[in-house]
Amino acid sequence: MNKTLDILRKHTMKIILVLIVIFFSVTTKGQMFAPSSFQALIAQNAYVFILATGMLMCMLTGGNIDLSVGSFVCFVGTVGGMLMVKAQMSVPAAMLLMIGTGVIYGIVEGFLIAYLNIPPWIATLAGYLAFRGWGTALIGGSSIAPMPEGFTKMFNGSVPDFFGGKNINITCILAGVIACVIFVLLQLKGRNDKLKKGYEAENMVSLAVRCVLVCAVILLFAYKLGQANGIPNNLIWVAVIVLIYSFITEKTTIGRYFYTMGGNVEATRLSGIDTKKIFFLAYLNMAVLTVISAWMTMARLSAATATAGNNYEMDAISACVVGGVSAYGGSGTVFGMVIGAALIGVINLGMSLMGIDANWQMVVKGMVLLAAVVFEILNNRDKTKE
Amino acid sequence: MAKILLEMKNITKTFPGVKALDNVNLKVEEGEIHALVGENGAGKSTLMNVLSGIYPYGTYEGDIVYNGEVCQFNKIKDSEEKGIVIIHQELALIPYMTIGKNMFLGNERGKSAAIDWNETYGEADKYLKMVGLSESSKVLVKDIGTGKQQLVEIAKALAKHAKLLILDEPTSSLNEKDSKALLDLMLKFKKEGMTSIIISHKLNEVAYVADKITVIRDGSTIETMDKHTTEISEDRIIKGMVGRELTDRFPKRQGVKIGAVNMEVKNWTVHHPLYPERKVCDNVSIKVKKGEVVGISGLMGAGRTELAMSIFGQSYGTNISGQLFLDGKEVQLKSVKQAIKNKLAYVTEDRKGNGLVLTNPIKINTTLANLDSISPRKIIDKDKEYQVAVEYKDKLKTKCPTVEQNVGNLSGGNQQKVLLAKWMFADPDVLILDEPTRGIDVGAKYEIYCIINDLVAAGKSVLMISSELPEVLGMSDRIYIMNEGRIAGELSAEEATQEKIMSIIVNSGKGA
Repeated sequence: MNKTLDILRKHTMKIILVLIVIFFSVTTKGQMFAPSSFQALIAQNAYVFILATGMLMCMLTGGNIDLSVGSFVCFVGTVGGMLMVKAQMSVPAAMLLMIGTGVIYGIVEGFLIAYLNIPPWIATLAGYLAFRGWGTALIGGSSIAPMPEGFTKMFNGSVPDFFGGKNINITCILAGVIACVIFVLLQLKGRNDKLKKGYEAENMVSLAVRCVLVCAVILLFAYKLGQANGIPNNLIWVAVIVLIYSFITEKTTIGRYFYTMGGNVEATRLSGIDTKKIFFLAYLNMAVLTVISAWMTMARLSAATATAGNNYEMDAISACVVGGVSAYGGSGTVFGMVIGAALIGVINLGMSLMGIDANWQMVVKGMVLLAAVVFEILNNRDKTKE
Repeated sequence: MAKILLEMKNITKTFPGVKALDNVNLKVEEGEIHALVGENGAGKSTLMNVLSGIYPYGTYEGDIVYNGEVCQFNKIKDSEEKGIVIIHQELALIPYMTIGKNMFLGNERGKSAAIDWNETYGEADKYLKMVGLSESSKVLVKDIGTGKQQLVEIAKALAKHAKLLILDEPTSSLNEKDSKALLDLMLKFKKEGMTSIIISHKLNEVAYVADKITVIRDGSTIETMDKHTTEISEDRIIKGMVGRELTDRFPKRQGVKIGAVNMEVKNWTVHHPLYPERKVCDNVSIKVKKGEVVGISGLMGAGRTELAMSIFGQSYGTNISGQLFLDGKEVQLKSVKQAIKNKLAYVTEDRKGNGLVLTNPIKINTTLANLDSISPRKIIDKDKEYQVAVEYKDKLKTKCPTVEQNVGNLSGGNQQKVLLAKWMFADPDVLILDEPTRGIDVGAKYEIYCIINDLVAAGKSVLMISSELPEVLGMSDRIYIMNEGRIAGELSAEEATQEKIMSIIVNSGKGA
C-alpha cells in the first residue's frame, strides 16, 4: 500500500497530465487527438520550453526569477526585425547580432545581480519595464513585417519527408521509431552497467513498463505529426535544448553546483565554489535562451510586434513551478519542467478547443499554479513528518 | 532575610538528544543582583529562556514561582507583563529607527491605530535620563555607539516596568569604561529596589556587582555563593565552574610522531567586515606541526572562528594582513578554492548553516569540496561518487540506510561525520576543526575523537577550536588560549589545566 502511494506521489504530475488529456479529449469530442492539435501544441508552446529551461537554472540557484524575459523577447525581436526587414541584413548575420544583444544584456544583468547583489526581482523588473518600452518605441506603434521566409522556415517549417510518403510522413515515423529504440537501449545499458558493478538495479518489470509508456507517447506523437506536416522544426530546437540542459544539470560539475547553491549558498561557497560566477552564469544563460525563444515568437507571427512576449516570464515561471521546481531553489529537473510546461500547454489548448473565454483561461491557469505549489509544500511536509 | 522574588524549582529542559538543564534550582531575593556563571553551553541562557517564556510552559519540567505565584508563561509577552525583562547578548535594536521608536516597539504609546508620538518621545527621554543618557530619543540607533545602545536596551526594559532585569553578557561588546558605567548603573538600580540577574563570563565584573553567585555546570546548579557570608574570589568561582573530573572520555593517542611545522601563521590581523575599524584578530601568531593536535581555547567571540575562516582563503573579514606558511612556503590564499588546492580544510562549527546542503544526499555532500577529482572533463562519474561516499561512510561508521539519504534526516553526530568525510575527501594536510563535537552526544563525540587521532596518525595536522575545556585538554598536544582577538597564552598538554586556562582568559580580559 505504501509502495503504491510512493509511486503515485512520484508520478503525480504525469498522472494529472494524463487525466487532463483524457478530460479534454472527452469534452472536445476527440478534437484533442486530431493531428492539428499536436501540431498546435508544439507550435504554440515551443517558446515556453526554451524560456522555462533558462528559468529553471535561475530558480535552482535559490528560487530566483527573471521577470524581464517577456519584454526582452519583444526588444530583441524588434532589433532582429529592424536588421532583417529594414536594413535587409542577411538572416544568419542578423541572428548572430541578436545573440550578441542577448549576451550583452545577460552580462549586465548577471553582473548587477551576482556581483552588485541587487535582488534579482528588482534588477529584472527594471528590464521588464525598460525593454517593453524600448522595443515598442523602436517599432513605432505598428509592427515590423514580414520576416524573410528563410528565417520563418527555420522554426515554423517541418523536416521534409525524404521517403515521399503519401498519406503519412515516413521520416517522422522513422524518427519516432529510432527515438524509441535509443531510449530503450539507453535504459537497458544503464541497468546493465549497474548490475556489472554490483549495484542495486531496478527490476525488469518497472523498466519494461516505463519503456512501453514512453515509447507509446513518442510513437503517438510521431504518428499524429506524420499525419500532418511531419516533424516541426520547433520540436527539434526544443528537443536539442532540453537534452543539452538535462545533460548539464544531471551529469556535469557545474550543473551540480546550481543545485548545491540553491540548497545552501554558504556551504557551497566554503567548498571552494565560486557561487557568484554560478549566479552570473544563470542570468547570462537566461538572456541567451530568451533570444532563441524570441526567434520562435517572431517566426510564428512573421513579425516583430509591440505585444510580442507579453507575460512570457509568467508562463516560464509557471511551467517550472508546476513541474516541481522548488520556489526556494535547490531542486527540480529539466524533465519535470517539461512535464509542467506540457501540462500548461495542454490546458491552454484544451480550453481553446472548448471555446472558453481567454479571461477564464487565465483564472484556470492561476488556480493550477497555486494548486501545484500547495501540493509541493504539503507533499514535502508529509515527508519531513515521516 | 528578604523576600524571595523568584524561585525556579527543579527545572529540566531537554532538546532532542541533549539534556540542556537537569534539575536546576535558582532562588533570587528581592533587591539583589544575582550572577549566573558557567562555561559556554552550561545552560545559563537556556535557563533564562525558560524563565522569560521563549521556551513556553510545557516544554520543560519544573516550576517557576515569581512573586509568590506559580507562573506559566507561553510567550515573552506573558513574562514581560509580570515585569520580567531579558536583555539578550545580541542587541535587538533596529538600527534605522529612532531610539524612541525602538524603545516602545511592541509596546506603543497611544492607541493601536494612532500612535501618540509626543508621548512616545517624551517618555523615552525620561527613561533615557534614568540610565544616564543625554541623547535625544529622536536620534537613530545606528548613530550611537554600542555602549550607549546597551543602555538604550536597559531604558527599553525600564519602559516595560521591569521588576526583574535579566542581562545576558551585557558587557561582552563594551570597552572597559562603558562596562564600568553599566555595572555602576546596575548598582544604582539596586539601591532603588530593582532586582537583577546578570550572566557574565567576566568574573571580575561578577565579583564587583553581584550579591550572590550561582554556578551552573553541565546543566545543573552546582552551588550558590553569598558575598555576605563567604569570601568570593575569582579562583573560587573558577573552581566551581570547571571542577569536574576528566575521565576516559578521550581515546589515547600512541606513537604518533610529531614532525616539522606544517602550517604557520605570523602576525595575522583581521578586521571586521562591516566595521572595518574593529580588529577581530590582532597580531596572532600560531603554528601547527605534522602529527599534532593543537587546541584553541577561548570564550565565544574571542575571534577563533574568525581567525580560522580568514586563514581559509579569506572567507571572513577585511584588511587581512600577516603571513601564512604551509609546509615551509609562504602562500597567499585569496579564495577558498586556492585554500583547498593548498591542502587546507576548514570544518565549520555551523554544520547546518554553512557546512552541509541538508536537502541533498550524503553522496553529494561528501564530494562537494573535491568534485573535480571524480569528474573527468567536468562530467561527474556517478559510480565513482557512490563508491567514494560508501567508502567514507564505512570508514567513519556513519549510521544511515544508504548514501542516497538526505543529510537533513541524519542525527547531529552523523551529520558531523558527513561533514568530516567531505573534508577528508578533499585530501588536506591541515584540518581546522571548529567545534567538532558541538551538539552531539557522548558516544558520537568519542568516535569523532578517534577520527581526529587517525588523521594525525596519518601525518596530518589538526587545529581544533573548542569551547569545551575538557575536550581541549583531553585531545590537544598543545593549546593556544585566545581572548579578544589575541593569543593570550600557550600551554603544553602537560602543564595545562582547566584552572590555568580560565585564569589566563580572565587575566587577559582585565588587562585590556
